[in-house]
Amino acid sequence: MTHAARNVAIVAFAQSAHRRRTDGLSEVETLMPVLHDALGHVGLTARDIDFTCSGSSDYLAGRAFSFTMALDGVGAWPPITESHVETDGAWALYEAWVKILTGAADTALVYAYGTSSAGDVRDVLTRQLDPYYLAPLWPDPVALAALQARALIDAGETDEQALAAVAARNRAAGPQGAAHRPRAAGDYVVAPLRARDCPPIGDGAAAVVLAAGDTARRLHDRPAWIRGIDHRVETHALGVRDLTDSPSTRLAATRAGAFDAPVDTAELHAPFTSQEIVLRKALRLGDGVTVNPSGGALAANPVMATGLIRLGEAAARIHRGASDRALAHATAGPCLQQNLVAVLEGETR
Amino acid sequence: MTREPVAVVGIGQTRHAAARRDVSIAGLVREAARRALDDAALTWSDIDAVVIGKAPDFFEGVMTPEHYLADALGAVGKPLLRVHTAGSVGGSTALVAADLVTARVHRTVLTLAFEKQSESNAMWGLSLPVPFQQPLLAGAGGFFAPHVRAYMRRTGAPDGVGSLVAYKDRRNALKNPYAHLHEHDITLEKVRSSPMLWDPIRYSETCPSSDGACAMVLTDRAGAARAPYPPAWLHGGAMRSEPTLFAGKDFVSPRAGKDCAADVYRQAGITDPRREIDAVEMYVPFSWYEPMWLENLGFAAEGEGWKLTEAGVTELDGDLPVNPSGGVLSTNPIGASGMLRFAEAALQVRGRAGEHQVADARKALGHAYGGGAQFFSMWLVAAEPPTT
Repeated sequence: MTHAARNVAIVAFAQSAHRRRTDGLSEVETLMPVLHDALGHVGLTARDIDFTCSGSSDYLAGRAFSFTMALDGVGAWPPITESHVETDGAWALYEAWVKILTGAADTALVYAYGTSSAGDVRDVLTRQLDPYYLAPLWPDPVALAALQARALIDAGETDEQALAAVAARNRAAGPQGAAHRPRAAGDYVVAPLRARDCPPIGDGAAAVVLAAGDTARRLHDRPAWIRGIDHRVETHALGVRDLTDSPSTRLAATRAGAFDAPVDTAELHAPFTSQEIVLRKALRLGDGVTVNPSGGALAANPVMATGLIRLGEAAARIHRGASDRALAHATAGPCLQQNLVAVLEGETR
Repeated sequence: MTREPVAVVGIGQTRHAAARRDVSIAGLVREAARRALDDAALTWSDIDAVVIGKAPDFFEGVMTPEHYLADALGAVGKPLLRVHTAGSVGGSTALVAADLVTARVHRTVLTLAFEKQSESNAMWGLSLPVPFQQPLLAGAGGFFAPHVRAYMRRTGAPDGVGSLVAYKDRRNALKNPYAHLHEHDITLEKVRSSPMLWDPIRYSETCPSSDGACAMVLTDRAGAARAPYPPAWLHGGAMRSEPTLFAGKDFVSPRAGKDCAADVYRQAGITDPRREIDAVEMYVPFSWYEPMWLENLGFAAEGEGWKLTEAGVTELDGDLPVNPSGGVLSTNPIGASGMLRFAEAALQVRGRAGEHQVADARKALGHAYGGGAQFFSMWLVAAEPPTT
């Protein structure tokens, strides 16, 4: 557990509508309303922000330096203190949290966006793999998740019926319930995963505002305090990992203080139903914990923003008094290779 | 709230070459990391977290390569953070790593940046496809040449200044065993008569395309006390960004660069950079950027930068040596180039720069920039620890 010298909270969260395609919109056009929305919640403008950090991927956009134009959506003039991570925005939030801890910033704007529709995301994500031994075989994320699901079923940790229940619960909870009604079982995409077990493909953006101590209290009457946040990575070699477990999630959770007291809510970044099973086990989440009230990645999956949305959704629940202590999780890499866990709390009133 | 002082106790870089066919991407980063650990007399288990940076993933054709590199970087079971801020990324990555120590989140952090440009063609990798950009804008040189021309017009600098910079940096590189280009037969005349690539930038005034990596071990006060060699202490670090294109943008001397330098000098208590700073490693991918940045960073008044270069002030034995390592003009693995600047500045104040050591360097500036001259990262390191 990191003993932070400053208290840092999420004070605002906003996200776009999540659409299958956004051909008619540039990334700036997707992003700008979301940034204004998040800043508007706390009455700030980009100029009031001390540090800005974003997460995105050139591979989704299909062009180098895709984040540089997105900066136009922030309005970086006069020049701003700004950084970017080439991964999910949850890690941008982590970088911003560190920046606030140094004392160099009191407020931070964190955003992330992903346009999976620009290419075939299943093919694109194969480029994430070891370029010498794995990528030439083009195993896509569904195929790899299917290996993981098969390992879980073989180990007696779950069965297809239980996976169907995970799918139904997440899709029913989704913010756009009508658009994401529980899908019929459908054929196997890659056995044992059916369409309902896989995330929707779509485009979207999200933004979060962080603030320290008294600034956070001034901006929100119930800030979502980051009590702990940590992230850990595992080996890239799937063959040497136990895919039915997630030791990196457990370690990050331990370091973030997740096991110090029970949480009432967990927002898990589990793009596949089977991965929710793995994460529940690693995080020792009991039946009393409300898991993915937002619908999670199975309801909306704008790659590179999905993890940041988990942090935002957990914080929003604290903001509106629906949670007192929530866990938020984000993942990156194949089959949950890298995991981030944050513990958020509202103050007792 | 107090900030933990940050010390650079380990520095490693690879041998740089147009194509390092002898190593995989993992082998390349490992070579730099291993040397940084050796310099700090540490092992992988002493490292609490890894912060890695590189420029576009397209250069190697590997999306988020940090996932594949987790094993090679000894990061399994640790936090691994990937930074990408265009050409400034090597500097930004080091600053993100430094923040982890400053904030006391971690005590000892390995930071590394790399590019293996031989895996693709960097010039076309940087040229955005239609419709994002007009079709004739090939590579970074095509983008920056008009801004160099604008600088020449604005200041009345004579045509030959760029060649002087290239001639100096390529000679400095002869004293740096890690540099990519070792042009033993270089003459000023050869630079001047090299082919014109992007008017007014000649072939010999242009950075090469390199495979390479750079790594540093950053640690806290206690870690510095255990280090076998003198550390470099961080006295100031900053990043600034501005949009790529907008009405009123000054491409010759971007405000983000000025603001970033001013922030670093304020943190470090520098009031007269020209007198107080002993060595500068600045990001000069095209020769003319030396005089341009001399002005942008406050070493010369506006319009006066080229006069310092012309008078030999920036030579290795000059009053203000710039790029004693040979700089980006001699070695350019893009994602690592910024970290090489930061690391070379640290080597100078540690007195460990070897043949290209600036005599009695106590304070040095590392500088990086990227995108359309819009992303800046800088740090000031010194031989003495900060007093506050």
